[in-house]
Amino acid sequence: MQTLLDALRNALHLIFTLDADVFEYAGRSLLIASVSTLIAAVLGIPLGMLIAERTFRGKRAVVTVLNTALAFPTVVVGLFIYTLLSRTGPLGQLQLLFTIPAIIIGEVVLIVPIITAFTMTAVARTDRDVRKTAIALGAGRRQALWTVFCESRFGVAAAVIAAFGRVVSEVGVATILGGNADRFTRTMTTAIVLNVDMGNFALALALGGVLLALSLSINVLFQYVQGGGPD
Amino acid sequence: MIFKRPTLLLVVATLLIGSGGPARDAIARDILTLATTTSTDNSGLLAHLHRDFEKKTGIVVKVIAKGTGAALQLARDGNADVVLVHAREQEDRFVADGFGVARHDVMHNDFVILGPTSDTASDTASDTASDPAGIRGVKNAAEALRRIAAAEETFVSRGDGSGTHIKEQQLWRLTRVPLQTKVVRIYSGGVAKEFRSVRPPGDWYLSIGQGMGKTIMVATERRAYTLADRGTYYALALAKPSRTDLTIVCQGDPLLYNPYGVIAVNPARHPHVNTKAATAYVRWITSPAVQAMIGRYTVQGKVLFHPAVVLEEQGHRKRSDK
Repeated sequence: MQTLLDALRNALHLIFTLDADVFEYAGRSLLIASVSTLIAAVLGIPLGMLIAERTFRGKRAVVTVLNTALAFPTVVVGLFIYTLLSRTGPLGQLQLLFTIPAIIIGEVVLIVPIITAFTMTAVARTDRDVRKTAIALGAGRRQALWTVFCESRFGVAAAVIAAFGRVVSEVGVATILGGNADRFTRTMTTAIVLNVDMGNFALALALGGVLLALSLSINVLFQYVQGGGPD
Repeated sequence: MIFKRPTLLLVVATLLIGSGGPARDAIARDILTLATTTSTDNSGLLAHLHRDFEKKTGIVVKVIAKGTGAALQLARDGNADVVLVHAREQEDRFVADGFGVARHDVMHNDFVILGPTSDTASDTASDTASDPAGIRGVKNAAEALRRIAAAEETFVSRGDGSGTHIKEQQLWRLTRVPLQTKVVRIYSGGVAKEFRSVRPPGDWYLSIGQGMGKTIMVATERRAYTLADRGTYYALALAKPSRTDLTIVCQGDPLLYNPYGVIAVNPARHPHVNTKAATAYVRWITSPAVQAMIGRYTVQGKVLFHPAVVLEEQGHRKRSDK
């Protein structure tokens, strides 16, 4: 119980004294989450729409693979990218291992399936009638697609938010590809793990609180920009 | 349209928040990647020392803290420029195999066996859990482990191929307690290599595969015995508030001596490594000034590491100048 009280006081102290380390970890976590979500959205949204729109052979298999990919363990994704980026691996020349870009690559691989699958579901749900109506009203192929996209925007937004949340809270990829190097790749979650390992539970919990507050503010911002979400 | 705004906001937020610390990684500067052990990093020593190195050389040290086995593997794969580890045999093999330039003594401390003892003797209730294997006063580390095995008291092992884990296995081999050998076959560069580890077979032996800090914490929760390096133990025990109530039950056996060595990765093997920075690092950390800094580094007034003898220094200088 004392630990929880200590943690609360620590968290408030860290926030209100603008603790430099915590702001550094938080900034890094936010940077990684934003950039990887952006990249994954650019890749995943069109891909999800494409799969939902088209009928092709093996579509069910693709959907199954996609849904399986939602269950990818983060450490496996991290390890897979690690073997590619390691000096002995095919992309070793790039010298990316233990850098922020390495973490971002891993996170993108982790969340592209999330955004694709959610987008696909959202678009498939609104697709048929909306599209027919749009075409009936004289829309071209592109315009019809745009209409479908607009109609399913809340589902797509949910996909993006879920993906962002996955990255911000994720520790496996960040540890394996980042190495938790202080001043380089230490993020909120890897800092929490380090403090747990060192028995510094009050600080670890406090960092957890700060991370939650961060996620909350991001989501409030998202909600605000989105204009309230579906009624 | 609705989607463009959050994206834009995210980008703006990223730029605002990311322009400080986190983006530094992207800016080109002289970076030295050091693969080391959790014990040197967790104790706070490296962060303390590296401020001096960065001030003197302008080279920023990126510390990747793993067990000794993993740290050496990182270097073998060319993912680090220099290593600071503590498993002499493996270090020598690393150099002999051509992965490292040369090994230099840096510092030493010692391993200790920790166990549940209540220092406040008044608390009779917890006295039952006090050193149940009866190790206190035993100087011989192998004998101490033998008693833990005989009493089947919980022992927490790093189990991660770290320097501490290697030392622990060496000690178990001396106990004549029957041991299980575990052989892991790993293909490396197309060749199968076998990694052997030993452990006593009983349920009382917990192999957790974690770093030093975590291992002490698990042993604390389980009121168990464990082998730890003195530096990490002090870092936890002397923290305020203290994070472990385990105490040292066995220390001083010459076998518990724990020397650390630094090795620059061989550029002949990995041409891309930052040899200039690695050489500067080796020279710096073995220099009299930094050796003195190591000896002066304390946590709550306790010295964690002893510098390698200064007399050896000149010999090292010559070798690293080559």
